[in-house]
Amino acid sequence: MADMLLQGLLLGGLYCLFALGQSLMFGVMRLTNTAQGDFIILGGFFSISLVAATGLSPGLALLIVAPAAFVFGYLLQRFVLNGTLGRDPLPSLVVTFGLAIIIQNLLLEVYSADPRSLDAGPLALASVALGFATVGSLPLLTFAVAVVATLSLQALFSFTALGRSFRAVSDDREAAQLMGLRPAIVYAQATGIAFVLIALAGTLQAMRTTVSPSDGPLLLLFAFEAVIIGGMGSFWGTLVGALLLGITQQVGFRIDPGWGIWLGHLMFLFVLLVRPQGLFPKTRG
Amino acid sequence: MKTALTPYVNDDAYAVIRGNAFSRALPVLTLVVVIVAASLPYWGESSWMREVVEISCYFVFAMMWNLLAGYGGMVSIGQQAFFGFGGYLMLILGNEVGINPFVAIPIAAFATALIAWPVSFLAFRLQGGYFAIGTWVIAEVFRLSFANLHWVGGGSGTSLTALRGIDRAVRESTTYWIALACVVGVIAAVYLFLRSKRGLALLAIRDNEVAAASQGIDVRRMKRAVYLIAAGGAGLAGALYFVSNLRISPDAAFSVNWSAFAIFMVVIGGIGRIEGPIVGALLFWFLNKFFSDYGSWYLVGLGCIAILVTVFFRDGLWGALHRRFGWSLFPTHRFLKVRS
Amino acid sequence: MLLQAQSVTAFYGDAQALFGVDMHIAPGEVVALIGANGAGKSTFLKTLTGLLPAKQGEITLDGARIDRTDAADIVKLGVAMVPEGRRLFPSLSVEENLHMGTLSGRSGAWNLARVYQLFPILKEKRHQPATSLSGGQQQMVAIGRGLMSNPRLLLCDEISLGLAPIVIREIYAALPALLADGMSLLIVEQDVQLAMQVSSRVVCLQEGRVSLEGPSGALTREQISSAYFGI
Repeated sequence: MADMLLQGLLLGGLYCLFALGQSLMFGVMRLTNTAQGDFIILGGFFSISLVAATGLSPGLALLIVAPAAFVFGYLLQRFVLNGTLGRDPLPSLVVTFGLAIIIQNLLLEVYSADPRSLDAGPLALASVALGFATVGSLPLLTFAVAVVATLSLQALFSFTALGRSFRAVSDDREAAQLMGLRPAIVYAQATGIAFVLIALAGTLQAMRTTVSPSDGPLLLLFAFEAVIIGGMGSFWGTLVGALLLGITQQVGFRIDPGWGIWLGHLMFLFVLLVRPQGLFPKTRG
Repeated sequence: MKTALTPYVNDDAYAVIRGNAFSRALPVLTLVVVIVAASLPYWGESSWMREVVEISCYFVFAMMWNLLAGYGGMVSIGQQAFFGFGGYLMLILGNEVGINPFVAIPIAAFATALIAWPVSFLAFRLQGGYFAIGTWVIAEVFRLSFANLHWVGGGSGTSLTALRGIDRAVRESTTYWIALACVVGVIAAVYLFLRSKRGLALLAIRDNEVAAASQGIDVRRMKRAVYLIAAGGAGLAGALYFVSNLRISPDAAFSVNWSAFAIFMVVIGGIGRIEGPIVGALLFWFLNKFFSDYGSWYLVGLGCIAILVTVFFRDGLWGALHRRFGWSLFPTHRFLKVRS
Repeated sequence: MLLQAQSVTAFYGDAQALFGVDMHIAPGEVVALIGANGAGKSTFLKTLTGLLPAKQGEITLDGARIDRTDAADIVKLGVAMVPEGRRLFPSLSVEENLHMGTLSGRSGAWNLARVYQLFPILKEKRHQPATSLSGGQQQMVAIGRGLMSNPRLLLCDEISLGLAPIVIREIYAALPALLADGMSLLIVEQDVQLAMQVSSRVVCLQEGRVSLEGPSGALTREQISSAYFGI
């Protein structure tokens, strides 16, 4: 029982990393990135190729992948996604959906449908004794990264000038302009950060298990469920939502291997029915 | 253009114009097209009929998606839940209950509309982009649920056996005529609905919910009704598709590609207009015919086109034509003409 | 001349809102802009701050044209606005809202300490979410936010709207302190009496055109009524 909970928590840590980028983008600019999962997979493949080409360890590879992801996200927002923002959710949905299809199929052409993974080296087999249980080092590291990422995002929003600009443009875009902010650039900065998290999530996913071109949509659903369960507008909420999702899926897996994801979906629908604003909502409307 | 306000306005002073030359010729034109199309089984090849049936299913699904998103203001990427549900229900009614699958099609469509009612209570908890993804989750639940039902083949699906005894030519032409009837029926139904008072209410809701509510429109009920109708239509398309296909599986029935293609057709053609999905479906059929052999690259191309059209032609191809030339085949707007 | 606007026309889509508005503001001057609802007062302010581009006409600040400048740059040049309805940022505290003013990058006499001196109640509530304050206090935050950018010209759009008379008096009593450093004020007001009391010159807009202009003390009631209502 305790082992199941623990495994669920650790899985939830990874789901939190899937979800934080989505939470950030939605919080700052009300943009729903339906290609979130596919970008995560793209990040995983990118790391795999980089490691294969350079022989670097995954950790060092991340030092290259992370800034590259920031630049990519920044440019994507600035020149493609900024044009889709507005009251109508359709343009951003169609564009991100289109991107998802493009990414999936490009990956299919370049890498074929075979699943790939990233060799985590010694981390993959190492484990840590926690007194009452033993956990794998990689899942534990992932969990720690998730908590640190959540903390950092929260701190960024609450205590830094950049965070203030995020909150201001999300509150009132025009008033923010009157203050001297440029929403187009602020949005791009937010997406840049979101993509760093995406790259991180993709790399860790590739280390934990395999990635294949069609994996994206499912990861999007996990990210989305975590955000809704936790409550929109709150990073800690997203973490809690992700942990709950991870635990629910573990419970499902134990009952029947085919039931894990299904039970997670049901739990999400239940929360939607009973408390649609999520557990720790902070956004207004 | 300024017009002076008169103290009162009498009926001779203005007229509400709703049609144009084409729309007046429409009934005759439709009759001609339908008669020619209906005669196809007598002179055409069976592969043509299958293609028409397939594109009809895509089209009906896209029209329903257009109704939901373009007119109802609800963007969904989970309508495949109802498509697949309609397909499976038709198969169950045919294989297990012994109802003729052709008869089962409308029954399945109606039942799909019914099941959309409880689903709507869940879906309506969300809005905007999150509503869209929420509908996808619901579709996934449908898919996984059916994949766990072993008496309809579980994850690998099953075949429609109820049509085994019927002669192939009869089966194909019947399916074809039903498809044709669905296409004409759906266009007619949507067109007449949008010209009615209820249709006007729907347009009002789409433009501004709060303003519409203040005019006495029951926004909730209207949106729910549209959601149910769109679901029923999706179910109709699904039942029809699998009558033609004869084999169903959860992955085929509940694939998100259905929504992707519907979005493509509607957005490229022009959302919020009846002509949009027609143009989009024709374009989609054309692209499919000549480029689908390129596999992944074809899909990449579709994705690129969708993005480019969204960014540069917000109203789609038909919308651009309408704005440039004023074309309108199925006018649903009302123009006030002031007689001086 | 600090600000000079010549023949400014502006449109909302196809609807014309301003029909060639001329206005000038000298350094240290307080000008009141009055007019009925829909006369174009807020629209004019939008063209000044770059939120709505002027279709025709010229707006210069110290001789340099600003009518084609981005809204985000206008505040850096020294024109700040206290928007209609305050438009504070609900996700930010009082102090954080005030901090947003410093994004102009301009130095000057106004800083956090001086704003708290002007409006002491804000210091008490500085960590509270800005929109949890009363209407009058929120107006103080909005004014303070504008001041923090150290503008040369502060635009006040209907700052008395929705406030009780006693609160309005309190806020308007603080305005003279702003002028001590040579700041100019353009005050948009629906309350004509109030506008005339606090300004040295009055400009009246009617249906997008300037219908009257003159020293506040010298204009008669009849002149103002006819200019205001266009009768």
